[in-house]
Amino acid sequence: MVNDKSFVKMFRMAASFLDFEKKIMELEKKLEELRAVSKGEEADFSSEIRKMHKKVNQLRLETYSNLNRWQKTQLARHPSRPYAFDYIDEMTADFVELHGDRRFGDGTSIIGGFATMDDQPVMIIGQQKGRDTKEKMYRNFGMAHPEGYRKSLRLMQLANKFRTPIITLLDTPGAYPGIGAEERGQAEAVARNLYEMACLSVPIVCVVIGEGGSGGALAMGVGNRVLMMEFAVYSVISPEGCAAILWKDQAKTVEAAEALSLTAQDLLAQGIIDEIVREPIGGAHRNPMRASHMLRRALRRNLKELTAMSPEELVAHRRDKFRKIGPYNE
Amino acid sequence: MSWFSRVKAPLETGSKRAVPEGVFIKCEDCGEMLYSVDFDNVFRVCSKCGKHHVISAYRRIDLLIDEGTFAEKDQNLSSTDPLKFRDTMKYRDRLKSAERVSGMKEALVSGSGKMNGWEVEICVFEFGFLGGSMGSVVGEKITRGVERAIEKKCPVITVSCSGGARMQEGTYSLMQMAKTSAALSMLSEAGLPFISVLTHPTAGGVTASFVMLGDVIIAEPEALICFAGPRVIEQTLRQKLPEGFQRSEFLMEHGFLDAIVPRDELKRTITSLIRHMSAAIPEENRSNPRET
Repeated sequence: MVNDKSFVKMFRMAASFLDFEKKIMELEKKLEELRAVSKGEEADFSSEIRKMHKKVNQLRLETYSNLNRWQKTQLARHPSRPYAFDYIDEMTADFVELHGDRRFGDGTSIIGGFATMDDQPVMIIGQQKGRDTKEKMYRNFGMAHPEGYRKSLRLMQLANKFRTPIITLLDTPGAYPGIGAEERGQAEAVARNLYEMACLSVPIVCVVIGEGGSGGALAMGVGNRVLMMEFAVYSVISPEGCAAILWKDQAKTVEAAEALSLTAQDLLAQGIIDEIVREPIGGAHRNPMRASHMLRRALRRNLKELTAMSPEELVAHRRDKFRKIGPYNE
Repeated sequence: MSWFSRVKAPLETGSKRAVPEGVFIKCEDCGEMLYSVDFDNVFRVCSKCGKHHVISAYRRIDLLIDEGTFAEKDQNLSSTDPLKFRDTMKYRDRLKSAERVSGMKEALVSGSGKMNGWEVEICVFEFGFLGGSMGSVVGEKITRGVERAIEKKCPVITVSCSGGARMQEGTYSLMQMAKTSAALSMLSEAGLPFISVLTHPTAGGVTASFVMLGDVIIAEPEALICFAGPRVIEQTLRQKLPEGFQRSEFLMEHGFLDAIVPRDELKRTITSLIRHMSAAIPEENRSNPRET
């Protein structure tokens, strides 16, 4: 089962952690041990536990508020991070998944369908990476083929027909670079989405929930509002790709991430996105329920503002928003 | 002593004869030595094998636009280096050296002109400027070109020759894909034609935005046209790619091109297409039949 409700438990059990999280994990483990010991013993460890607890919190706060861009990229790709399906599960009711681009295939790296969120009908579409090996293969690691983008367009046009607001969740390393993808027109599929999304007359809110991988993410990213989760990244190229091309050295990934200014905080400052959705300390994977709750609140507020606009206003607003992006000297 | 060990001295083939630089140009495909003045007169198409070499943006305009009618627009737009980007070299310095080498401020020339008498807005990429990559300035110039076309009701022609989005401007560059595509949706609503001409090479974020949105899409023969470059695909799949993969003929076969047109027929073909798609073009922007 891909959208397993017990994913919260799974995250707790997940042993995977990043380099800069090592110290925190060690302290947390000690704290757990101390708690276990104190349960069995007569002796009172409560003051030690309190102290240790304070120390862990302090370290967490310090670590996560001082991450560099590469570390944030790693968090954005964290294997335990909630994926599109997890958010859909938590945020919406009666999700009915719809399949197929009606031309070639299903495009399983992208999921989407009608759902209800806070009594509001929505079309919610997400790029899905896959949790275990089997699902990763099935989802092609979140790298969509043209049929995925064409399916997403079909669903967005369906929503447009029934005046249903659209939410897209972006999380992909990029559009898939492969022979079949090129044969079936990956470039055309991405371009068509950009063009058609500029014409839809219902509210569109796009959220980068993890990795906003270049054109593959943007293909579902032309919204009236573009949001990013606090530890999400959005970039024209991956730091690895950039290092390989500009530095001709894979080891320069950290420098490339720094140069690309790809974090949510960078993009808000650049005026490319509208809002950052805060994550629980340590990232969405430390408390997916809470992360979903925060995202849902942000979505509700944005949709409320947008549904007050007329269809014509929505189209003009979206076009105008992207028209203004990109500085130049004249 | 072996009979076979004696090494034959290589023949002097004469191919390395000292030739004054710039008088002859060697064809990239067949190796034919071409007299550079003749080569330039035929817009850099090899007279022996027909290979279409990259030409500069201004030469392309000479090829397509009626003599003396081109009025360049927005030529002073330049990059702000918004990210203060630096790799092995500062982006600012890369821009300066590109300007020195190409004599241009950016990777795109845009403006208005006449094409066999028809008024058009044309945008041509300059590959010599940072590989024709699209950053904020290129995106802005294309968008303005489209907006001018909507205002005066004339067609838009783009001639692409680009490695893709410009990495040094980060996500700003990515967003130019959405900006140009959105502008074209307005051109369509005005019923005006957009003809997209693809030349060697056209790749990445440029292919995956306005380029593939032409009402009619034309390519020059044997141009490399792709989303992901062949090297990226080879690295991902760890296999050699088939011969002719991602070339114009391959795209045509897969249904993504309307036509493959050699360079010397481009102007005539585009003009015919404009005539066929001219319902919304007012009298003052049409060709005067007596002139053509």
